Amino acid sequence: MAPLLQVSNLNAWYGESHVLHGVNMSVGEGETITILGRNGVGKTTTLRTIMGIIRERQGEIRFAGRDMLGVPLHRTAHAGIGFVPEERGIFSTLSVEENLMLPPVVAGGGMPLDEIYDLFPNLKERRSSPGTKLSGGEQQMLAIARILRTGVKLLILDEPTEGLAPVIVQRIGEVLKKLKERGMTVLLVEQNFRFASRVADRFYLMDHGQMVADFPVGELPGKMDMLHKVLGV
Amino acid sequence: MTMIFGIPLQAFLGQLLIGLINGSFYALLSLGLAVIFGLLRVINFAHGAQYMLGAFAAMLMLQYFGVNYWFALILGPVVVGLFGAFIERTMLSRLYDLDPLYGLLFTFGLALTIEGTFRYLYGAAGQPYSVPAQLAGGTNLGFMFLPIYRGWVVVVSLVACIGTWLLIEKTKLGAYLRAATENATLVQAFGVNVPMLLTLTYGLGAALAAFAGVLAAPIYQVSPLMGSNIIIVVFAVVVVGGMGSIMGAILTGYMLGIAEGLTKVFYPEASNIVIFVIMAIVLLLRPAGLFGRDA
Repeated sequence: MAPLLQVSNLNAWYGESHVLHGVNMSVGEGETITILGRNGVGKTTTLRTIMGIIRERQGEIRFAGRDMLGVPLHRTAHAGIGFVPEERGIFSTLSVEENLMLPPVVAGGGMPLDEIYDLFPNLKERRSSPGTKLSGGEQQMLAIARILRTGVKLLILDEPTEGLAPVIVQRIGEVLKKLKERGMTVLLVEQNFRFASRVADRFYLMDHGQMVADFPVGELPGKMDMLHKVLGV
Repeated sequence: MTMIFGIPLQAFLGQLLIGLINGSFYALLSLGLAVIFGLLRVINFAHGAQYMLGAFAAMLMLQYFGVNYWFALILGPVVVGLFGAFIERTMLSRLYDLDPLYGLLFTFGLALTIEGTFRYLYGAAGQPYSVPAQLAGGTNLGFMFLPIYRGWVVVVSLVACIGTWLLIEKTKLGAYLRAATENATLVQAFGVNVPMLLTLTYGLGAALAAFAGVLAAPIYQVSPLMGSNIIIVVFAVVVVGGMGSIMGAILTGYMLGIAEGLTKVFYPEASNIVIFVIMAIVLLLRPAGLFGRDA
């Protein structure tokens, strides 16, 4: 079966600077994939380029068999890709509930609101306070929750655990596992190695704007020395 | 005769009413400017011209098609709003990636072009537009004589201001607008057609200006210069209120209209400059404006 997301020889530019140098990767339906790599190797750029936020791009992005390169940014979500940015993107002039309801539903099969509130009871309690009055962890939950409503097939998460307390990180891990049970496909960038090893099925290792290794979670123990060297952890 | 602060009550209330009417126009116009600036980050110098277009739309529709005031009050804003949307889509949208000054210069040039065209076609002199029969005449409130049309202007502009505020604060479309004002790229990544939202917003702003223009037609005369006369004051209102706050724009509009009216009672010589004096004081003490977020 063809993978849900197939990226081939993807190049991307920020103005003059060439940041992605031929990224190749594939994400199968229902998989959770983590991209590892040091700061500045192009992980976030890869996500933003797949999403279509970075428009200066060449190569091939196929999602559910469809060529995504010519798709305008506001149609990417409708094709079935949801995005949770690194800075979370909670809107301060919108209430928690308005934030939650903001992204349009793009397909059936999204999580119903009561189920979302079951999964994130804090959001229900605080639904009328301004979005940015939430704690960092709650904001991250909100950023994930609002995408779950929309019915996208692929969830793209940029460093969901960054700057969060261990107990919150654990909660996010549980949420991702629940999503996996529901058949959601997840592509995430993560610096928190232990977190990543708990949720991911497969890893890509990135360096200098390319994928340099690709291995399933089972091979992780044997790769630790190499990872320590490359990641400097 | 009843006196208040040494002024006849009648003169006091009369000027208060005139202030309230001017304030209605300031509020409607600065509201449109604030809506456009909030999302597009464009200082719409063509706002006065769009106000003038609204008044002309009403007058011309009456002359050529016999469209009465009530239909003009709806059709005028629709026509000018569509014109605004067309301008945004074909020209203004090309400038977003450039320095904000380009948007300002473009709309300034647009205003000059529109005004020049109407001056060429209709001359600089004002033309009358009569008050609709249903709103003609006045009523004696006991303490003063109220022309019904002026009361209507105050009420309907208040309704339009509150309606616009509700649209932005309480609806889904308004949530898109507010979110896109904060982070347009992310809203677009969620699947909202932000370019369309920008077009709609500019069209809405232009339509609000035109609505004020139609309302103004029976009070002031319809003239190609009516926009540039009022827009200078409206920009001062926006500076006092602070860019970016919808409710701030509305409240400041009414407040300064009333301040201007009352100055006419107490010190008429200063009434033409009082708004600018307030602007100078606000700029000295609180540069971001009374309701603006600190820059």
